[in-house]
Amino acid sequence: MTRPAEIEVLRAGALTTVQDLGRPGWAHLGVPRSGALDPAALRLANRLVGNPEHAAGLEITLTGCALRLTRATTVAVTGADVTVRAGDRPGDTGRPLTVPAGTVLRIGPARRGVRSWLAVAGGIDVPAVLGSRATDTLSGLGPSPLRDGDRLPLGEPFGEPAPVDLTVGPAPPPELRLRLHPGPRDDWFTPTAFDRLLGSAYTVSPLSNRVGARLAGAPLPRAVAGELPSEGIVLGAVQVPADGQPLIFLADHPTTGGYPVIGVVTDVTPLAQARPGTTVRFHGPER
Amino acid sequence: MRIRPVGAHALLLDCTTRADVPAATLVEAWRAELWRRREQGELNAVEIVPAATTVLLDGLPDPAATAEMLAGWAPTVTNDTGGAASRASGPDRAEVLVPVEFDGPDLPAVAEYWQTDVADVPRRLTGTRFRVAFCGFAPGFPYLTGLPAELALPRLATPRPRVPAGSVALAGPYAGIYPGASPGGWLLVGRTDLVLFDVHADPPTRLGPGTPVRLVAA
Repeated sequence: MTRPAEIEVLRAGALTTVQDLGRPGWAHLGVPRSGALDPAALRLANRLVGNPEHAAGLEITLTGCALRLTRATTVAVTGADVTVRAGDRPGDTGRPLTVPAGTVLRIGPARRGVRSWLAVAGGIDVPAVLGSRATDTLSGLGPSPLRDGDRLPLGEPFGEPAPVDLTVGPAPPPELRLRLHPGPRDDWFTPTAFDRLLGSAYTVSPLSNRVGARLAGAPLPRAVAGELPSEGIVLGAVQVPADGQPLIFLADHPTTGGYPVIGVVTDVTPLAQARPGTTVRFHGPER
Repeated sequence: MRIRPVGAHALLLDCTTRADVPAATLVEAWRAELWRRREQGELNAVEIVPAATTVLLDGLPDPAATAEMLAGWAPTVTNDTGGAASRASGPDRAEVLVPVEFDGPDLPAVAEYWQTDVADVPRRLTGTRFRVAFCGFAPGFPYLTGLPAELALPRLATPRPRVPAGSVALAGPYAGIYPGASPGGWLLVGRTDLVLFDVHADPPTRLGPGTPVRLVAA
């Protein structure tokens, strides 16, 4: 039997994790959903290399990474604006790239945006935990974030790469406009709080991560004092802790929380590319 | 029961609305009812998550239609004042015995809050019929209800940076068990060798929501 193909991690970068579409369905046991922060971008990368959309790839953060594949294979990178090089040969994001065995694949630092998704034909074949190979940075389920020198097994290729020349992803806008549904606990806040949330600009704080995007801006005053008994949390929930600064929950969010949720953002995927300092504005569901 | 909106794909059942039924009892009744309906194919939901006073339904194709259906459903409520294993859990839910070594560093503090002696704390805990109200904080961390309301406890003012796996602890109206080592602010009364969460087991925990639990001296 031949040795299974692997990815060797030469430079892991700031935060590179294995991600797929996560492990929904276990929240009642306290298991976060996890998975790629922009599932559509990972699905696209997988389609480009001929993988099923749920195959595991890498989520690469800000500083890029360098990898060597022990088998000639097809890869695709989606998400942030980055350089892709296979050895001396420049590649593009959003299209399949053939990488010879032993060649170093370099994903450069993000010029715009934050996160990229790398799909490799065959997918990353680490053992699934509760149906998913995703790294959950909150609970620690799934493989640890990559470190220099790690080796990850690759699966057998599923089929031919997509017959596509180039897909163009939209550049991240300088300002995010997020659609917000009020509730479930908007009644825990003063009417001023909701007006402020919709009427003012917030900025993404450097403390943001895969658990949540922390925002800084006009504080949201509470009408009801005291603690909220723990209750279930959804992706995109805008939780307001004691300091009044909103936090939007992303893929690694806890399953329950004790701070009131003033509203829920319909689509959190633009936040995957929001650098610290990015302006965020909210609008109601009617617009 | 009041239904609160949660974004475009979820609903929150607020169970604090009935004066005659404690919220925790109503939560358990709804959890059992909704899990049963989902099992029978009458409800399409990715997540049904009970918590302290609410049940979250997430991953709903049409929340408005689900809200209408919910208005027509009435779970069986056994008014057990939140203590004993409710009949809503079903007669087939076997009680899980958790062997506990009662040697926690906060036993004296708990005894003081409860105005009793240290030896009486394990006696009260082993004499309580607990039920898993919900899981949260970490995978497989059970919030056990069953203690009388007057025995509710505050959390530590400063959480410990590391609580060992298997620690049996008290906070608010709950007892809990830490499945893995983590920071924690609950009062530690003992520890168990029982493996609480095993990703290779099916289900990964025996202490899922609704399970009757007894703490027994190891």
